[in-house]
Amino acid sequence: MSAPVLEVEGLVTFYGRAQILFDLALEVGEGEVVVLMGRNGAGKSTTLKSIMGLVRPTAGGIRFRGRDIGGLPPFRIARQGLGYVPEERRVFAELTVEENLEVGRREPPAGRDAWTPQRLFALFPNLAELRRRRADRISGGEQQMLAIARTLMGNPELLLLDEPSEGLAPVIVDQMATALADLRRHGVSILLSEQNLHFAGRIAERACIIEKGQIRWRGAMSDLLADEEVRRAYLSV
Amino acid sequence: MDPGFLFVQFLNGLATASFLFMASAGLTIVFGVTRIVNFAHGSFYMLGAYIAYTLAGVFMEVAYGAVSFWGAIFLAAAIVGLLGVLLELVVLRRIYDAPELFQLLATFAVVLIVQDLVRMTWGGEDLLGPRAPGLKSFVVVLDRRFPEYELAMIFAGPLVLGALWLLFHRTRFGVLVRAATLDREMVGALGVNQALLFTGVLFLGAFLAGLAGALQLPREPANPYMDVNIIVEAFVVTVIGGMGSVTGAFLAALLIGELQAFGILIFPKITLVLAFLVMAAVLIVRPYGLLGRPQAESHAAARAGAGLAAGTPLQRSLWMGLLAFLLLLPLFADEYSLKLAIELLIFGLFAFSLNFIMGWGGIVSFGHAAYFGLGAYGAALLVHHLAWPMEAAILSAPLVAGVAALVFGALCVRLSGVYLAMLTLAFAQIVYAIAFQWVELTGGDNGLIGIWPSSWASSRTVYYYLTLAVTLAGIGLLWRFLYAPFGYSSRAVRDSAIRADAIGIDPRYQRWLAFTVSGIAAGLGGGLYVFSKGNIDPEVLAIPTSVDALTMVLLGGVETVTGPLAGAALLTLLKDFVMPLTLYWKMVMGGLILAMVLAFPKGLVGILGDRLPGLQAAPTGRERPA
Ligand SMILES: Nc1ncnc2c1ncn2[C@@H]1O[C@H](COP(=O)(O)OP(=O)(O)OP(=O)(O)O)[C@@H](O)[C@H]1O
Ligand SMILES: [Mg+2]
Repeated sequence: MSAPVLEVEGLVTFYGRAQILFDLALEVGEGEVVVLMGRNGAGKSTTLKSIMGLVRPTAGGIRFRGRDIGGLPPFRIARQGLGYVPEERRVFAELTVEENLEVGRREPPAGRDAWTPQRLFALFPNLAELRRRRADRISGGEQQMLAIARTLMGNPELLLLDEPSEGLAPVIVDQMATALADLRRHGVSILLSEQNLHFAGRIAERACIIEKGQIRWRGAMSDLLADEEVRRAYLSV
Repeated sequence: MDPGFLFVQFLNGLATASFLFMASAGLTIVFGVTRIVNFAHGSFYMLGAYIAYTLAGVFMEVAYGAVSFWGAIFLAAAIVGLLGVLLELVVLRRIYDAPELFQLLATFAVVLIVQDLVRMTWGGEDLLGPRAPGLKSFVVVLDRRFPEYELAMIFAGPLVLGALWLLFHRTRFGVLVRAATLDREMVGALGVNQALLFTGVLFLGAFLAGLAGALQLPREPANPYMDVNIIVEAFVVTVIGGMGSVTGAFLAALLIGELQAFGILIFPKITLVLAFLVMAAVLIVRPYGLLGRPQAESHAAARAGAGLAAGTPLQRSLWMGLLAFLLLLPLFADEYSLKLAIELLIFGLFAFSLNFIMGWGGIVSFGHAAYFGLGAYGAALLVHHLAWPMEAAILSAPLVAGVAALVFGALCVRLSGVYLAMLTLAFAQIVYAIAFQWVELTGGDNGLIGIWPSSWASSRTVYYYLTLAVTLAGIGLLWRFLYAPFGYSSRAVRDSAIRADAIGIDPRYQRWLAFTVSGIAAGLGGGLYVFSKGNIDPEVLAIPTSVDALTMVLLGGVETVTGPLAGAALLTLLKDFVMPLTLYWKMVMGGLILAMVLAFPKGLVGILGDRLPGLQAAPTGRERPA
């Protein structure tokens, strides 16, 4: 594995007086897809929000390409090259699909080609016909694709995806997996949270399992798929 | 009535609507993005008029003509836009995460400061601006004359609406503004620097206000009251339209403009009230205005704070000491200090009653003057018209205010956050307008005089003891309410309406009860107040009275039981001290409020809470999606 894109260590996050993350550590390598798995309420979303600066961790180091990004406001973190897609999608309901993309647009770092609406419509063909439609008038799956496409407009080097398959029909989950595999080929590293093991198995190469705010297991995705013990202990409900 | 007259009246309505829209558009845009209700918007409007007056004077002296005139108007608007940027950089930027109360007070403080700055710069006289070259004449419609300038203004409103539409749909800035109105945290997560965006939005908002003020100049002279007058109207328009909706503001402006044009023919006596009645009616049917959308629930309005500390021995001895001091005061105080002490006690009760619903019920009332003033007017009217004795009048004061609070409260508690604050303000303005316009009953502007205590209470000392007894009893009763099961459930409602609902407390009923009790207490204060002064006029019902009460609560700290009393004392003494020293006491007061808010954006208790982990406020709400 080459030098990690993202290194997180000793992360501690509270909501009010309730501690959610306990000394959490993880890494994402260059061009790697890492999945964060765990039951409802385990702290997956909180981990991604802490990395993005949307909640403020009380302790811990977060480094992106070796630079410390802990404590920066979210827009500065985004400008370092992180893209965040929230679990609730949060598309701008009253804006059209095209306008949603426009909000996410940022120039790429020198020497890399930029994502354009055209390239994104090739990646997510469903969106192409909807470009003039308001974002609250498209389906949940289309909103999920829009949320990802909008973030890609900022040309991130690392994508934080919070449960992209949640609530999607199997066909759409399939399309999503294809699109994410494509993305990886474009050189985007991905850290995603997931509960759908099958979906995760199709795109991730490494997995971290989080329980009660701590990483309890980490290893190759293939090991996880093979190890029923671990899955029963941490994932089945 | 002949059709020509009706048509001209219709055109007048359109012109008024145009102005109302231009004056309100910036307010609603700024609110949409920053979630701050900007009182200083009225100040920008006023500055637009004054600056245009000065510029037009200079330019038209140099070269008389349309270019000079319009150049002055637009340059004035641009200058005001830059002042908006200044406001954002110096004040607003620091209070985006502060509770609503702080935001309202901070921008009101700016209003006070600008009022005195304007008086210093331009004096207090009305200043009549030049008329627009080329638009000085009349057109004739259906045999009636209609001014050309008004006709031009009818087109100005839709023109501004069209320009704003293009800005919001055809430019990146506009798309970002619309996105930020929907979910500003997400906009930040996508890499947009919100600070720059907000600065841009404040420029736009202030520019529009300045433009409206400058365009108003050829119609009516610039005067130092135009800021508060316009802000109240702009509030009505934005609230009816739905806060954050430009199109909604346009529709609302049309509604109000035509209503004023024809309302004056049908109900000449209640023109002032009409707009507020419409606003109340719209909010009852559509709680978020015509085109508004529900606000994300605000946790900032009332932070989860410290529990009620049971009286420690130290606190108890402090209270005993204070009580002893108050009881013995007349022995060594002179007449003037006693008068001040009476005022202080009354405002203490008033502030306490406001804090009762605010700190403990989560209701930010921006019109608490209504209940204080209704108590005062209720008592005064009974004495004046029915010759009731003081005792009966003072006892009736809380009843009058309580009935009003019961009725208004039933409507107010259905809303939350800024809409609630604006509806309470609207009710206060209705009461104010009635007191002002119903001259036969209330004496109008002059008010009622000769409302003196019964002979046994006519000495200052006796009245002091009476006030002391009644205010302490009132505060004591409210206090009991706080500790009684009612208080606990009402705090539960404040902290989470949904959770309170789940454990079997009907949140709306609780809030309504709290509102009514608070109104009763404020009315009692008003009853005592009128006999201490001997007279009453509509000022007691005006916005500054409500703001005073809010300032007292703020000074003392929202979440403390005794805070409002300390705040009342501090503000009353401060006013007494500062007012005689300077002509520009508003500026001093405004500066003080601003300094308070900027130094302690979380409130005094927030500061304490940061120091003492035990008091730490729970979820800040920042991490929740809108
Ligand atoms: N805004 C918040 N305020 C307080 N507690 C919160 C907040 N958001 C989440 N929590 C709590 O933090 C814990 C972790 O939540 P998180 O959303 O990170 O879980 P998750 O692993 O993403 O779960 P899911 O699979 O349901 O999305 C949970 O116990 C949750 O109740
Ligand atoms: Mg989650």
